[in-house]
Amino acid sequence: MGRYVIRRLLQMIPVFIGSTFLIFFMVYALGDPVAALFGDKAPDPATAARIRQELYLDQPLWKQYLHYMGQILTGNFGTAFNGQKVTELMYDAFPVTLRLTLVAIVFEIVIGITLGLLSGLRRGRSVDTSVLLVTLVVVSVPTFVSGYVLQYLFGVKWQVVSPSVSPAAPLDELLLPGVVLGLVSLAYVTRLTRTSIVENSRADYLRTAVAKGLPRHRVVTRHLLRNSLIPVATFIGTDVGALMGGAIVTERIFNIHGVGYELYQGILRQNSPTVVGFVTILVIVFLVANLLVDLLYAVLDPRIRYA
Amino acid sequence: MRRGTRAVAGAALWVLVAGLAATGCSGGADGTGAGVVRASWGDPQNPLEPANTNEVQGGKVLDMIFRGLKQYDPRTGAAEDMLAEKIDSPDQQNFTITVKGGWTFSNGEKVTARSFVDAWNYAALIDNKQKNASFFQDVEGYDRVHPAGGTASAKTLSGLVVKDDRTFTVRLRTKFSTWPDTLGYAAYAPLPRAFFTDHAGWLKRPVGNGPYMIDSYTRGSQMKLSRWDGYPGEDKAKNSGVELRVYTDNNTAYTDLQAGNLDLVDDIPSTQLKNVKNDLGDRYINQPAGIIQTVVFPMYDPTWNKPGMEKVRRGISMAINRAQITDQIYQKTRTPASDWTSPVLGDKGGYKEGLCGDACTYNPDEAKRLIQEGGGLPGGHVTITSNVDTGSHRVWMDAVCNSINNALGQDRACTVNPVGTFADFRNQVSGLRMTGMFRSGWQMDYPLAQNFLQPLYYTDASSNYGKFSNPQFDKLIDDANAESDTGKAVATFQDAEKILADQMPAVPLWYQNGSAGYTANLSGVELNPFSVPVYERIQVK
Amino acid sequence: MPEPDPHDPKDAIQSGGGGAMSLATGDAEALGTGPVPGGPASGKARSLWSDAWHDLRRNPVFVVSALVIAFLVLIALWPGLIASGNPLQCDLAKAQEGSQPGHPFGFDAQGCDVYTRTVYGARASITVGVCATAGAALLGGVLGGLAGFFGGWWDGLLSRLADIFFGIPIILGGLVFLSVVTGGSVWPVVGFIVLLGWPQISRIARGSVVGAKQHDYVQAARSLGAGNGRLLLRHIGPNAVAPVIVVATIALGTYIALEATLSFVGVGLKPPTVSWGIDISNASGQIRNAPHMLLWPAGALSVTVLAFIMLGDAVRDALDPKLR
Repeated sequence: MGRYVIRRLLQMIPVFIGSTFLIFFMVYALGDPVAALFGDKAPDPATAARIRQELYLDQPLWKQYLHYMGQILTGNFGTAFNGQKVTELMYDAFPVTLRLTLVAIVFEIVIGITLGLLSGLRRGRSVDTSVLLVTLVVVSVPTFVSGYVLQYLFGVKWQVVSPSVSPAAPLDELLLPGVVLGLVSLAYVTRLTRTSIVENSRADYLRTAVAKGLPRHRVVTRHLLRNSLIPVATFIGTDVGALMGGAIVTERIFNIHGVGYELYQGILRQNSPTVVGFVTILVIVFLVANLLVDLLYAVLDPRIRYA
Repeated sequence: MRRGTRAVAGAALWVLVAGLAATGCSGGADGTGAGVVRASWGDPQNPLEPANTNEVQGGKVLDMIFRGLKQYDPRTGAAEDMLAEKIDSPDQQNFTITVKGGWTFSNGEKVTARSFVDAWNYAALIDNKQKNASFFQDVEGYDRVHPAGGTASAKTLSGLVVKDDRTFTVRLRTKFSTWPDTLGYAAYAPLPRAFFTDHAGWLKRPVGNGPYMIDSYTRGSQMKLSRWDGYPGEDKAKNSGVELRVYTDNNTAYTDLQAGNLDLVDDIPSTQLKNVKNDLGDRYINQPAGIIQTVVFPMYDPTWNKPGMEKVRRGISMAINRAQITDQIYQKTRTPASDWTSPVLGDKGGYKEGLCGDACTYNPDEAKRLIQEGGGLPGGHVTITSNVDTGSHRVWMDAVCNSINNALGQDRACTVNPVGTFADFRNQVSGLRMTGMFRSGWQMDYPLAQNFLQPLYYTDASSNYGKFSNPQFDKLIDDANAESDTGKAVATFQDAEKILADQMPAVPLWYQNGSAGYTANLSGVELNPFSVPVYERIQVK
Repeated sequence: MPEPDPHDPKDAIQSGGGGAMSLATGDAEALGTGPVPGGPASGKARSLWSDAWHDLRRNPVFVVSALVIAFLVLIALWPGLIASGNPLQCDLAKAQEGSQPGHPFGFDAQGCDVYTRTVYGARASITVGVCATAGAALLGGVLGGLAGFFGGWWDGLLSRLADIFFGIPIILGGLVFLSVVTGGSVWPVVGFIVLLGWPQISRIARGSVVGAKQHDYVQAARSLGAGNGRLLLRHIGPNAVAPVIVVATIALGTYIALEATLSFVGVGLKPPTVSWGIDISNASGQIRNAPHMLLWPAGALSVTVLAFIMLGDAVRDALDPKLR
């Protein structure tokens, strides 16, 4: 177990190098960012050349990358075009997005697994059908629509919550955005739970448990649910990172200055230090989340062992 | 194993709860004092140096914390003396500027002739990489402090000379009669010594000489400004301060306004224009601003520039139903354009409604005839290219293309070519890689007809992206600049515009209005000709 | 319901300790006969897959969803069958008007007929949805399955590769890979979605296989000398495929919506291509003024996703012998 974890942690090194280079290359491939700094006006060539020189943009790609990596090793993640240090941006953005993601994950775990369990146990009944319909609505209404609608209803019409999130982004203000963010994933969690429950409800160990005379709630939670959670846990593991980096739309609608927003700005302004810095952290989040999920497999199914 | 699982689950839950609690605690209430205007803002792209700020959002702040030699009247747009006591010139080329006494920066330092000259020298010097450096290109000595390549051979502009504490002289490279009127632009603001001695500190909390002082600035999220009680100017702030909040989506700002979380929104999202009168009643402003939207033809592409193509270009212009698009898409927050300037200039300033004539009037039959006469669209097809990352350009591009297609009776004659990022679009445009029409928006730097014409259509001018070149046009612009009589200068600028109407290197689409909405807490809300709220005049109930 | 198949591997396990034996023999027989098309007359032992097909044809859920999908494919191929208008002909004067004779769904912000655009949008949207899902499920399923089955460095390599792909922000990837593509073809968009979509399905497949390979019948089959290929295809595959189907059928819907996001930032499908995604994103800002602009393309998307979710459910049920 310990060796397995260490091996997995060591694998982060090549992933770190690979992903930084890939993202660096991709931002580089977007082209020259300097022209856009001048707005609708033509850039003054001499000034533009100086800015390129200062940002190392006049060097070949590999030199730019080595320079950037050299900076990172000394803890310098570079600066965004508005003069702010990328580390400062990350320090501001990640806690906010972390809270938002947490709300979304808790929401999809609690509601999704409950709904999935209900519809799986009552397969083919009206509960099952209603849950399916809810799932459909959630899948086919994109986040930008559900976000605006819920924001208008709760924030303006009924005045229950603030329609936007203040810079400090306290948890209570993040409830609605978190729910909006978690909606699509909710569909996945619900369907995955339902399917697993349906599959496992006929398994032999369950018959054994029932035959032993265990009470129903114990059978359901301890035996049925626990064994059905592997695909759900896997999905949530993949979702953590996706929610953190992919909350662009939600963060925009609710005016949250988080990771998705900074990443989007960085991409549109083609600022490689911002984009590479944020993506690197996200990749690490993926690695850790996936490692935790793999370890969780062994908890959920004792037959799975890691050498 | 069973016990172990419970322990793991319990621990996980505990971590989760602790995390929620810990993170929840960091959010504190941020109270806003009485009499403070809470207004929407966008994240400035660049550090807030006056000569490095070339977009509206940073410009808003500079307008509040700086006062220059001239100030544009919020209503008329006329350039009026602010810190300038007088600006004299015997020959439209040598200017003597006298600065008023009694002005200080908010840190107590006196504003002198040197405050200006130092600031301008800083802006022009290439080592400082100021994006507005080219505003000083008319000053003598610019090519030495800002050479096209290599290092600067001088640190200061030779055309700027400090005579005494309150006087300095400027020598321009050529005659430029309306040059003093450009001095209201933020790039010409004076700077305190602290800007040069403690640059990093100044950037964290910029200090200026305007009616407001910056209390705190959290980059990317908000800025708090308060009234500077010692402000010596006439236009003192009528509120106790302004809180600027960064919004990434103007729709959210509008929603916050409706919910009462925000007092002032200076950009009504186009999708809400239908509801805005209903939602806000008379707390909605919609007035002309110095912005014109055009689509430009790539005149460097021989297929668009050969003789006869001017008919096709004029035909395309006539195929665009501007009135319908501004009504249906923009709910009259744009005005169909009929010249290449802006209504905010006024008749005296050079705006002339209908100057473009038939060529800018919707006439589908004539459009079709002209395009056929000119040899048809090159390749039978035309595209409109623009970046779409701000989200608002797509709608009008679709509408313009549909209008052209309907006029020609073909459903694929015109298609939209969206580009993912502004940077990519800019690179394609300045790399002369366009094969069809492309978007060009122009927001004036100062309310002069010259600013709408020379940078855009003069041969090899800085923002002449279509590479239009016409010797007669150039000569008329030169004549107008050398003319000391304003009336005659304006008439000459308009003669130059008539050449644009004949050649149609760029199709004027519409003049953009400034729009703003505010809550019942505020009164006295106005927009200036740059579509920026005049913050110091706002009163809070 | 068909009669219980005595040779079904899982039933064999459930019958107790001797199951391993009958499992092996059952397998040998099934392999010998090969996949027999399951006809009603077929009295012989059928393979898992032919069994599934036999089941499916009798499942009303399957029949209904297959018919809906057939209909959607039909209008995707020949939209002119049910819509006589031209989706590109728009009259701005009618912008956002509601339903009226000849235009049952009303008009969008550009004054185009929403009904015609919804019908014509099926082609691009269904192509993107189905092809991208098929590609991502195939690629992710195979790679994830192999990673989960073999474990070790193979797992490390594939999983870490997936992690890197996970890290690519969709907008950035879209701008890089799709902005070089001009023209309105759907295939670059499909390819791009596959490229960024496979890691998720691969994680799901891997997790599922890791779980399935611990099952007793797999151990039993392995101890009886079943090869890797056999184990994967006959024992683990059918038991691990359910989560992949679930995720893929929902992903179909999200991929169609993802196309909208890509189009919105200017790198997805380009005009004059018509798609639900483009129309939904155009409608998003107009919910207060013209909800019908959103309702119809989003409704069409719902029906498509519903059909595929039902189809996926039916297929999954048919593959699961425990439900017999």
